[in-house]
Amino acid sequence: MNIVVCIKQVPDTNDVRIDPKTNTLIREGVKSIINPFDENAVEAALRLRDAGGGKVTVITMGPPQAADALKTAIAMGADEAVLISDRAFAGADTWATSYTLSQAIKKLGAYDLVLFGKQAIDGDTAQVGPGVAEFLDIPQITFAISIESEGGKIRVKRQLEDTSEIVETDLPAAVTVIKQINEPRMPSLKGQMRAKKMAIPSWSAKDIAADENNTGLNGSPTKVVRIFTPPPRGKSELLEGEPEIIAKTLFGKLKEQKVL
Amino acid sequence: MPEGIRVIAEKCKGCRLCVPSCPYGAIEMHGKLAVINDKCVLCGACVGPCKFKAIEITVTKKEGPKKDLSGFKGIWVFAEQHQGKVQGVAMELIAEARKLAADLGEEVAAVLLGDEGIKKAAQELIHYGADKVYVCSDAKLKNYTTEPYCDTIVELIKAHNPAIVLMGATTTGRDLASRIAARIRVGLTADCTGLDIDPEKKILRQTRPAFGGNIMATIISPDFRPQMATVRPKVFKKLQPDASRKGRIIELPVKISEKSLRVKLLEIIQSTEKKVNLAEAEIIVSGGRGLGCAENFKLVKDLADIIGGAVGASRATVDAGWISQFHQVGQTGKTVSPKLYIACGISGAIQHLAGMSSSDVIVAINKDQFAPIFNVATYGIVGDLFEVLPAMTKTFKELLS
Amino acid sequence: MDYLLTDEQKMIKDLARKISEEKVKPLRAELDETGQFPWELMKVFAEADLCGLYIAPEYGGFGGGCLEFCLATEEVSRICGGVGVTFAASALGCYPLVLFGTEEQKKKYLPPIASGKKLAAFGLTEANAGSDASGIETTAKKDGDYYILNGTKQWITNGGEAEIYTVIAMTDKKRGSRGATAFILEKGMPGFTFGKKENKMGIRCSATRELVFQDCKIHKSQMLGKEGMGFIVAMKTLDRTRPGIGAQAVGIAQGAFEEALNYSRTRVQFGKPVSSFQGVQHILADMATQIEAARALVIATARTVDTGTDSISRDSAMSKLFASDVSMKVTVDAVQILGGYGYMKEYPVEKYMRDAKITQIYEGTNQIQRNVIALQLIKESAATK
Repeated sequence: MNIVVCIKQVPDTNDVRIDPKTNTLIREGVKSIINPFDENAVEAALRLRDAGGGKVTVITMGPPQAADALKTAIAMGADEAVLISDRAFAGADTWATSYTLSQAIKKLGAYDLVLFGKQAIDGDTAQVGPGVAEFLDIPQITFAISIESEGGKIRVKRQLEDTSEIVETDLPAAVTVIKQINEPRMPSLKGQMRAKKMAIPSWSAKDIAADENNTGLNGSPTKVVRIFTPPPRGKSELLEGEPEIIAKTLFGKLKEQKVL
Repeated sequence: MPEGIRVIAEKCKGCRLCVPSCPYGAIEMHGKLAVINDKCVLCGACVGPCKFKAIEITVTKKEGPKKDLSGFKGIWVFAEQHQGKVQGVAMELIAEARKLAADLGEEVAAVLLGDEGIKKAAQELIHYGADKVYVCSDAKLKNYTTEPYCDTIVELIKAHNPAIVLMGATTTGRDLASRIAARIRVGLTADCTGLDIDPEKKILRQTRPAFGGNIMATIISPDFRPQMATVRPKVFKKLQPDASRKGRIIELPVKISEKSLRVKLLEIIQSTEKKVNLAEAEIIVSGGRGLGCAENFKLVKDLADIIGGAVGASRATVDAGWISQFHQVGQTGKTVSPKLYIACGISGAIQHLAGMSSSDVIVAINKDQFAPIFNVATYGIVGDLFEVLPAMTKTFKELLS
Repeated sequence: MDYLLTDEQKMIKDLARKISEEKVKPLRAELDETGQFPWELMKVFAEADLCGLYIAPEYGGFGGGCLEFCLATEEVSRICGGVGVTFAASALGCYPLVLFGTEEQKKKYLPPIASGKKLAAFGLTEANAGSDASGIETTAKKDGDYYILNGTKQWITNGGEAEIYTVIAMTDKKRGSRGATAFILEKGMPGFTFGKKENKMGIRCSATRELVFQDCKIHKSQMLGKEGMGFIVAMKTLDRTRPGIGAQAVGIAQGAFEEALNYSRTRVQFGKPVSSFQGVQHILADMATQIEAARALVIATARTVDTGTDSISRDSAMSKLFASDVSMKVTVDAVQILGGYGYMKEYPVEKYMRDAKITQIYEGTNQIQRNVIALQLIKESAATK
């Protein structure tokens, strides 16, 4: 199976903090990582390839340093990687990103399956997977917790809020995966050395025949007008004393607050 | 300086507040001047922190002919249904849509897709505040699959030109809205927690969390219609239903091609777990690693039962197999905003906070005084949960009866 | 401090750290509590290609040497000394094969160890032969084309879990220190069983068992090196693996130190973080200096080992001696800095202290190390006279 995995390099938002004094984001010391859900997608691709043969290609749209995320995927075992990078892509919202990625996938040639992580932990939108599927005019299956392939078809279990579904479709198709689908493997030493030596091609807007009206800030239907940190909660009130006293005091306060 | 952003040198005072605010590490100081390098992705996070307004995102937008968007009217709410039952989030969105409609002087319409019997559910939507309901019935729409629903709604949008389309940020809503927005090229904002109308421009301002909930962003879609948004469930409150309310139910023909049926739904599996409706719960008592083992969730459950709450869990306990993932609260679990959230033995890692920090009142019990959960708790108890929880259960039980 | 590592060495260090932080750390307290052998974790290291760092590429290894091995061992031990020694002891069991194995033996045994499919263990110590290794009583009696082993080895790390064992047994008591021979044994060979798993103070997830030989008959092709070379095999192996134990000790010390440093910055007493008190600052400074010195000594020794030179006994003994003594001192200081919290099992430092102690004892007690060093000093002095 020829599998394309779209990944994104993101700041490790689990490490991002708000400075309580200035109420702004503190990013210092926060490293750039491959989006955790995308690691699950890469792992899912590798397992399908290991089981049934084929090739795994990882692509990402981003600034030059996003190549590091591609190298992580190569170190995990992906076969090839392409960086889609151009100043024209900067500031893209999910529509422009979906367009750009789909242009790149078209240039890659024949593919059977396009995989995505459910969402990126910086944007948190979960919109690019379906967006790319629409541009490529292929069926989409989101929130996948398992993927089985058999003779040109895939059978996917989707994990929804309170139910799960089994769906099936012919390839080519696009699937977005959730964290519970697998435990991504560690990059191996041999994999890292291979990634280090690999020259990763970089495709510009021209290389993927991208219409400048559809890429980057210019091509984005949405605009960010303001970014702010949520107002800080007040200081917490510490309750002390014997457990029974604490319980009584707390009860009183909760009743006051009308939450009990 | 990369294109699209600039530092206004005269205004920059070298205070360095912008440097740590950039999530991508793209700002450096050259002496007393901030310089933005190629790592910049134009996210705009630095603009706010600069007290001197020295950073400017310069939109080099190619000005095409200004589109006439005046013909787009109406606020639509997708009435998501499962097995014929309309989901609560639709009612919540109708309530919010009413407010937006008042600001715009327009109508609220619900969009209801399902099989032949779905028309029965339309009246209820009017009682909850819709002015009209578009009903599309077809056997192929009985259960949600992407393309039949997308095709149908796209046709509706093209025929009736709504200004705004809202959907719940559920698995269905996010799956569907993304496909629609890509097809008709409109702006779609995900998982909004705030909506309002810009009084001058009469456009929708959509506010939503990003960076795992660390920041909030306000987004607009000025040039494309309809403006679409998926909205986080349980953020807005539904109205009291008014059975005397009247509205129009408009049935429309459905045309779905064979091609759109390419994803086949083979089976729907109800969760065998007793339904944990964490998302709906007003009170949640949640357990974390501090519980020590699966059996100790009983302490959490005992308190929850007394005060009529649901049981939540941190990711650590789910990963350890102490409780099923349906109880998981957090960035990779469920987002909840109950009136009362009691966190027992939960450290308060940012991923967990992302899932519950908008709760009205947060009570934290943890023996570690440095646990981050105390930074968001309204009431903090530094103590042994094995003593505090049973004491709370006993005392609350007495005082409530 | 910058040890001028190559990119590949940095890669090894970073990968070992990443796996240890992400996979070992969440499990270490439980492994310590239950004493369960970390098979799943060893599998992760194997899949990351870290189990064959010192094995040549033609046998599936990375082709590195002692330095690469020490870099990885330190990182693993920084998170958990028990997992660290499991990792390191396999190398101890494997090194005799690397140094003395025939081509056939290497082809058979090295690839599964390099790929992590099998672990190795080294069997020398006995109940009556600890520091006095020459006092071993396990015998290997020649019987035609075979040898029959009888006896019991004690306190063998990875015992019972490893598949491959290099064992030292007496083939000719009369010849004294020239009467021992090294053999390769495999788990499952008839007559080769294991004693119960020992219940230890520290490195509790590491499996420590007796090896019991009762008329265990093995083919002469299992002999490693020549008859009578047993102690030479042992000594040459230990000379090359002692820096690994030094690295384990440095890792344990480093982990404990970081916990202490972080704690001291957040713990507030008398209105100030504890790290602002000069008394605490001095302890921290001493800890950091000693750890760095130990690390530098281990790395310098590892580099010397990798030049292939034979005269490494003194350096090797020094690196193990110094690093393990530092580790003990640093971990005790770390507990002290955490005060009451340091004594509680909920905090990780008391485990570091329990784990550190063994590094002063195994692979030659620090008293034996001092003997080795002193004898070498005297020998060198005599030679220059």
